[in-house]
Amino acid sequence: MRMMWGFLSGLVFGLGLILSGMADPAKVLNFLDLAGSWDPSLAFVMGGASVTAFIGYRLAWRRGAPVLGGEFDIPQSRRIDRPLLTGAALFGIGWGIGGFCPGPALTALPLLAPGTLVFVPAMLAGLWLGAQLKRAPIFAARGAAT
Amino acid sequence: MEMQIETAFTLWASLAGGVLIGLSAVMVMALFGRIAGIAGITQGALGGVIPMSGAARDRDWRWTFLLGLLAAPVLVLMAGSQVAQSVPTNLPAMVLAGLLVGIGTALGSGCTSGHGVCGLARLSRRSLAATLTFMAAGFLTVFLLRHVVGG
Repeated sequence: MRMMWGFLSGLVFGLGLILSGMADPAKVLNFLDLAGSWDPSLAFVMGGASVTAFIGYRLAWRRGAPVLGGEFDIPQSRRIDRPLLTGAALFGIGWGIGGFCPGPALTALPLLAPGTLVFVPAMLAGLWLGAQLKRAPIFAARGAAT
Repeated sequence: MEMQIETAFTLWASLAGGVLIGLSAVMVMALFGRIAGIAGITQGALGGVIPMSGAARDRDWRWTFLLGLLAAPVLVLMAGSQVAQSVPTNLPAMVLAGLLVGIGTALGSGCTSGHGVCGLARLSRRSLAATLTFMAAGFLTVFLLRHVVGG
């Protein structure tokens, strides 16, 4: 049951990425190109997704617990700290070079473009490296339990 | 950047696609109680293959979520529709981009979906700070690559 609903959720997400044009790096790069061939489409993707999630989350939270068991696991951290901002900046640079963020890169994988085929393994390696880096002394939260 | 292709402004398709992405985020919250951040979901799934600090333990739905994400273009193609796409062809640049996206989203605890969509929907100031930062870095990178270096 959980696995089937997981699959359906991922499928809806992937169809949304394709329909919205977000799975096309050319569109993403043009959105980021304010001074050139600017394509504002992605603002509407983000807007449509955030507003839908804003309303839907509040309906979902009324239930008190997730439908398939467990409890709501919502990030509690409010710190705007060094790992957050350094990570977001590095991510933004990579996004600006490749035109892919994690979701679109994965959903584009079966289309087998050479750029996607090298991007995704590098991203997976990066996810692992980043998780290690987060524990490095310059990023580890001061005073946090070790 | 070697690739600069004009793309049409697709207001309604982008809005409708965004609503689907938001719907998926709501499904993940309502069903599993989790944030639908693709970087986090992938990290959690990856934690089942290689040891990874901080990776989530509820891996069953994460793996099938990723399968659903991969199945989407296959279904669209099987239905007879096209998936318009032009991916940059500079492979060393794409490796660098992939590494930066992976490291950055792991270190910053989220990507476009985790901080951008889900974080903004929760009205999280932390996610807003991350979103503004990666957007600014993205705008600046494309500006430098297209109008300063490649200008």
